[in-house]
Formats: sequence, structure tokens, C-alpha cells
Amino acid sequence: MSAVLQNLVNQPYKHGFVTEIESDVAPKGLSENTIRMISAKKNEPEWLLEFRLKAYQQWLTMEEPQWPNVKYPKIDFQAISYYSAPKPRKKLGSMDEVDPELLRTFEKLGVPMHERAALAGVAVDVIFDSVSVATTYKQKLAEVGIIFGSISEAVHTHPDLVKQYLGTVVPVGDNFYATLNSAVFTDGSFCFIPKGVKCPMDLSTYFRINTEASGQFERTLIIAEEGASVSYLEGCTAPRFDTNQLHAAVVELVALDNADIKYSTVQNWYAGDENGVGGIFNFVTKRGLAKGVNSRISWTQVETGSAITWKYPSCVLQGDNSVGEFYSVAVTNHHQQADTGTKMIHIGKNTRSTIVSKGISAGHSNNSYRGLVRIAPTAAGARNYSQCDSMLVGDQCSASTFPYIQVRNNSAIVEHEASTSKIGEDQLFYFAQRGIGGEEAVSMIINGFCKDVFQQLPMEFAVEATKLLGLKLEGSVG
Amino acid sequence: MIYPDSKSLLEVRGLRATVNGIEILKGIDLTVRSGEVHAIMGTNGSGKSTFAKVLAGHTAYEVTGGTVLFEGKNLFELAPEERARAGVFLAFQYPIEIPGVANNQFLRLTYNTVQTQRGKDELDPLEFDDFVREKMKMLEMSPDFLDRSVNAGFSGGEKKRNEILQMALLEPRLAILDETDSGLDIDALRIVANGVNQLATRDNATILVTHYQRLLNYIVPDYVHVMESGRIIKTGGKQLALELESHGYDWVSSEQRAAAGA
Ligand SMILES: Nc1ncnc2c1ncn2[C@@H]1O[C@H](COP(=O)(O)OP(=O)(O)OP(=O)(O)O)[C@@H](O)[C@H]1O
Ligand SMILES: [Mg+2]
Repeated sequence: MSAVLQNLVNQPYKHGFVTEIESDVAPKGLSENTIRMISAKKNEPEWLLEFRLKAYQQWLTMEEPQWPNVKYPKIDFQAISYYSAPKPRKKLGSMDEVDPELLRTFEKLGVPMHERAALAGVAVDVIFDSVSVATTYKQKLAEVGIIFGSISEAVHTHPDLVKQYLGTVVPVGDNFYATLNSAVFTDGSFCFIPKGVKCPMDLSTYFRINTEASGQFERTLIIAEEGASVSYLEGCTAPRFDTNQLHAAVVELVALDNADIKYSTVQNWYAGDENGVGGIFNFVTKRGLAKGVNSRISWTQVETGSAITWKYPSCVLQGDNSVGEFYSVAVTNHHQQADTGTKMIHIGKNTRSTIVSKGISAGHSNNSYRGLVRIAPTAAGARNYSQCDSMLVGDQCSASTFPYIQVRNNSAIVEHEASTSKIGEDQLFYFAQRGIGGEEAVSMIINGFCKDVFQQLPMEFAVEATKLLGLKLEGSVG
Repeated sequence: MIYPDSKSLLEVRGLRATVNGIEILKGIDLTVRSGEVHAIMGTNGSGKSTFAKVLAGHTAYEVTGGTVLFEGKNLFELAPEERARAGVFLAFQYPIEIPGVANNQFLRLTYNTVQTQRGKDELDPLEFDDFVREKMKMLEMSPDFLDRSVNAGFSGGEKKRNEILQMALLEPRLAILDETDSGLDIDALRIVANGVNQLATRDNATILVTHYQRLLNYIVPDYVHVMESGRIIKTGGKQLALELESHGYDWVSSEQRAAAGA
């Protein structure tokens, strides 16, 4: 993993500050004109404008889903600004402009003072220079034929590829939020690994919402051609605002014959405060199409942020012998709500899927696993193994599991295991009696609980995830 | 062993404690000096484990009266983990299972925490591995237990041995062994008792909670206390345990009643 990325994933938790930066922010509201404006600003070809408008027309006829196990006030889609782009940045003037909460966070992480002073500058750079991070890689990657950069750019440089794949995994009218995204998406990553190429380094994108009342609608498209493979990392943070912000992303993955895509996320959007005020509404559609024979799509996610998470990274296992994997840790604290899981759709013969989900609830939070395993009549010899474990920290939180299993082929084998455990007073007392304090005890128990998922993460990400969890649950034992 | 000039390690005076508002400990007095071995016996439910947990600082129990000095300092001013680091060790009657946490990691963390407290160097994983294997040999424990989760799926006797292993690692000033002998087979009892005896020095002390005279053949107590309804109602030498075995607890209680009536 590159040094840049290492710095990036080693950033401390909660970048709750707003960056003083001049932005080009569109007026609030959504109409056909808004979409034409976005498209024009990006100087898009006609076919993409049509794609957007078609989505918008469809979206107008759709209803927000009510089935997730989450509660939130009705979103006013006219109160959101759908376009916000930073103008060239200014440096933070002094340390005093940095949120004291953020400074305290650094202290907890043991980041030395001088590094901390540097970090306020670096963090801003990292966040707003995501494009330049991509550019650094670009030349090197281009030598082996890999295209990696922003999707807005790819629309111009590789229009045929974008046109060929965009919306093929998550169709325009797929669901309420995905359709909204198709109408208004502003940017995101595009990544194309040509036939036979094993991507020589992990690719990454780091997302950040900075402007209050703006929505974030990014769109990511990753294509691995025959025999290609790639490991992709996604990280995200947002400043703390008292209002909720909407994040409705779409990620599409396509794996052709013998291709392999591994997609890892550490999601750390602002979660709202202890009382549940503010935070990101994270309504995301992620889906991978294992299109070719022997292809493999693997999702690993560590979800620690957001006021509400509604997210089901899924695999459509179309190619014979294709493999789908989903490894997830979802942590909720305070008043956070998470309804997350996966869908494994088995279509090809001898397709295999593995689901390992670890939900941790603390405070007053609510954490639900929702997963669908569907074995189509064509999926002879398909196999699925699911394991869903929940852990409760304290008495005020809750956890639920909603497994949906639909088997339409007799030769399929589907296994499901679930457990619920609790970090109890007696366990913590046992640690204390051996000299180990509450916070350290919880982090040890949680890391043990999440081991199966963490070992799927690239190393630096795993370190980051472990740290994050410790901070996240700090103060939740009492 | 009783040494004439040894220092007082633990001084309990009029200790009272409740759980969920129910008073369990009703005025306990006990003095333990360094070098000594004390046995506490008594009927089921008389409050022996509660006493042990209150000394260790279990949060479910509320201390409602009395004082406890540990090495001359107020024990109740220390958080449970601080008591442990100061050298109070409790081998649990029912050691809890901690699935997912590897025993070797747990043992190393607790060992290093206490070492740091004592101003000594921590051991890295490799050094610790050698060190812990040595201790396990003494207790005739298989090294396989290192790779398993803490106590998870251990048999009753294996859990007890794992407790004594921790005691051997931490070398406490005051070890409270709550029915460590229950559930041990005869060989294990001998091995564990040997371990405890080897760890005993002039500077530390042991409190054994037990129902059986048998253990006291291996670990010879300097004092035997009888507990009933949250109080120590009789204290004697090691022969008291033998008398209890032949006469039963009723004998002590009626003796007490007679004394009270007189
Ligand atoms: N959490 C609790 N709620 C209610 N009662 C409790 C609680 N914990 C302990 N007790 C009661 O306190 C009394 C003393 O219990 P304790 O475990 O200390 O007894 P013990 O002397 O160790 O008994 P044994 O020899 O069976 O181990 C018992 O009557 C028990 O039921
Ligand atoms: Mg007991």
C-alpha cells in the first residue's frame, strides 16, 4: 500500500471540522433544470444528460422505501443543494481554527504535537486533493493499461466504456435512492482493469462531505476484464453539523471471466452527537455483477459512522462457478441506526457465497442485519454459508436479524448461523480483576468478535478499523 | 505460615455490603498478615464469594459499612483494576468464558499490565510464550490452551487451572481462591495445591474459600474461619476444619447461640 494511502487511512477518527474553503454551491432544490445545470457544468455528452433525465422522470414516480428498520424525519429533497465543488483551497490559518474536539481526538490517539500541527494541513489536502491522489497513480497505472480517475473525466476520455457499463448492474430505476443518484450524481471513481492485468497496487478513493445542506451523490464504476484483478479501498468522513446530510451513492462492479474484485470500505461519516442530533443519512446501493465464469466479487465493510446506514452491498452471481463474499462489521453507538446486510443472487451453476456479518450495538442504538440469499432454478450446486453475530454493549441498545432465504433449486445447500452475545458486567469484572480497564477490555472483546472480518481487510485498513472501534465505543461501558 | 513480626496485609473491620438492596455481608472482621494462609469455610449462601468479590471490587455489590485496609491503604479508593495491579488476586469460583479473545493474548496483556505497574519490563510475544509455557509445565497444563479463547469450552477443572496459571503469572500479594478445589480431580488437586504452595512466600498471603478439609491437607492453613449469614462466627487453627468435618456447621452455630444466650 502506498505511503499516501497509509497517511490517509491513519487519519484519526472524526474530522468533525468544516474546512474554510470557497465553494461553488448550487442553489437548493431539484428540478429538470437542476439536472441540466449539473450536466452543463460538467460539459457532459447528450447521452448522459438523457440518462439523468430518464432517471429523474422515473424517480418522480417512486416512493421512499419504508421497510428498513430505521426511523427518521421526512427528507425535504428541495432543501438540498445538488452541486457543490470546492474552488482552489486556502490553508487553515492557525491551530485555533481546528475544532478542539478534534485536537482531543488526536491526543487520545497519541499523535505527537508536531505531527498534529502538520495533520490539520495534511488532512485538508488529502480530502480535497483526492483527484491528485488519483493522478499520482495514474501514470504508473496507465503503463499497464489501467484506467483510474474520476468518473466525470472518464466520461470524456473513455465515453464508450462508461456508456457500455454505466447502469448495467444497478439499473436506472432500481430503487428510490439509486434512481435519485442516477439523476444527480456529481462525481466518483472510474476504474478499468484490462484483460489479464493484476492491478499492481490497491486503488483508493477518499470521500468527504464538507458543505452543509449539500447532498453527496457519488457514482463509482469498476470493471475487471477477463482474468483481471483489483483491490479497491474506500474511506470517508464528514464534518459535524446539526442538520442531517444525505449521502446516496451508487457503486457498480463488473467482473468478467476469471476476474476478481475486492472492495473494502471503512465508513466513518459523521454519526451525529450523543443525543442523536445531526449526522449523515447514508443510503447507498452497492452491487457487483460476477458476470463471467469463475469470477469473484468480495465486499468487506466496516461501518462505524452515519446517523442512519441503509446499505446492502450485493453480488449477482451470474457466471458459473462464480463466488460472492460479504464480510461486515457494523458498529452503532448513541442514537445511530443501521440496517445493513447483503444480497447474494445465485444464477450460475456451482456458484458460492459467504456472508459473515458482525453487528455491535452500544448506547441507544439499533443495529439490524438484513440479508437475502436467492438461489435461482438455474443455480444447480449453489452453496451459501451465512453467519450473523450480534453483540450488545449495555442495556439500551438493540439488534435484529432479518434473513431472507429463497431456494429454487434442490441441489443447493444453504446454511445460516446466528448468535447474540452481550458484553456483560461479569466479563468486564474478570478483565478488571486481571488489571485490565473497561475500555481496553471492550476493545479486546470487540476485536475478538470481529476477527473474521478484520482479517479480510488490507493490513493498514485493519489497523485503522481497530483504532476506530476503540474510539467509537469509548465511554459506552460504565 | 505465621511469622511473629510480619506486616498486616489486609484489615477488614465491620464490613457490610448489599446486592440489589439485599444485605449479604453483615459485619465482617478479618486480619491477614503477610506469610499467612487463611481458610474460610461455611454453608452455601453464607456470603463467602460475595466477600471475595467485594474485596476485588465487583460493581454489582454496594459497600454499606465498615473499612478495608490493604497494605495500610483504603482499598475502596481503588478501582477494581487498580486493586488487581496493586496485588489483589481473585481466582473465581465460576470463571467466565470470553469467546473470541485468545487466551495467550489475554494472559500476556494482564501480565504486562501488572509488570508495568511494578516498574518492570514488558515481555514481547515470543518472550512471553517461553515464560508462560514454563508456568504451564508447573501446572501440567497443555500449551494447547494458549490458542483457545479465554475459558471458552474449558472443562470445570481446566478453568480452575487457568485461574491458578494467572495467579502464577501475576504473583499477587493477596490471593483469594474461591473454591478452586471444587471440580478438580485428585491429581489436579495435588498439582494445583503444589502450585499454590510454591507461590507462597513471606511477603504474600492466601485466603482459601473451601468446603473440603481435603484441600487443607495439601495447603495447610494457619487460621480457619467459619462464615454464616454474612459474618465470621468462629475462628480457629487448622484443627477447626477437622472438627467441622466431623460435627457439621450446626455444631458451630449452636455453640454460638449458646454463647449468645449465656
Ligand atoms: N445478585 C444477587 N442478587 C440476589 N442475591 C444474591 C446476588 N448475589 C448473591 N446473592 C445471595 O447472596 C448470598 C451469598 O452468596 P454467595 O455467593 O456469597 O455465597 P457463598 O457463601 O459463596 O455460597 P457457595 O458456598 O454456594 O458458593 C446467597 O444467598 C445469594 O443468593
Ligand atoms: Mg461461593
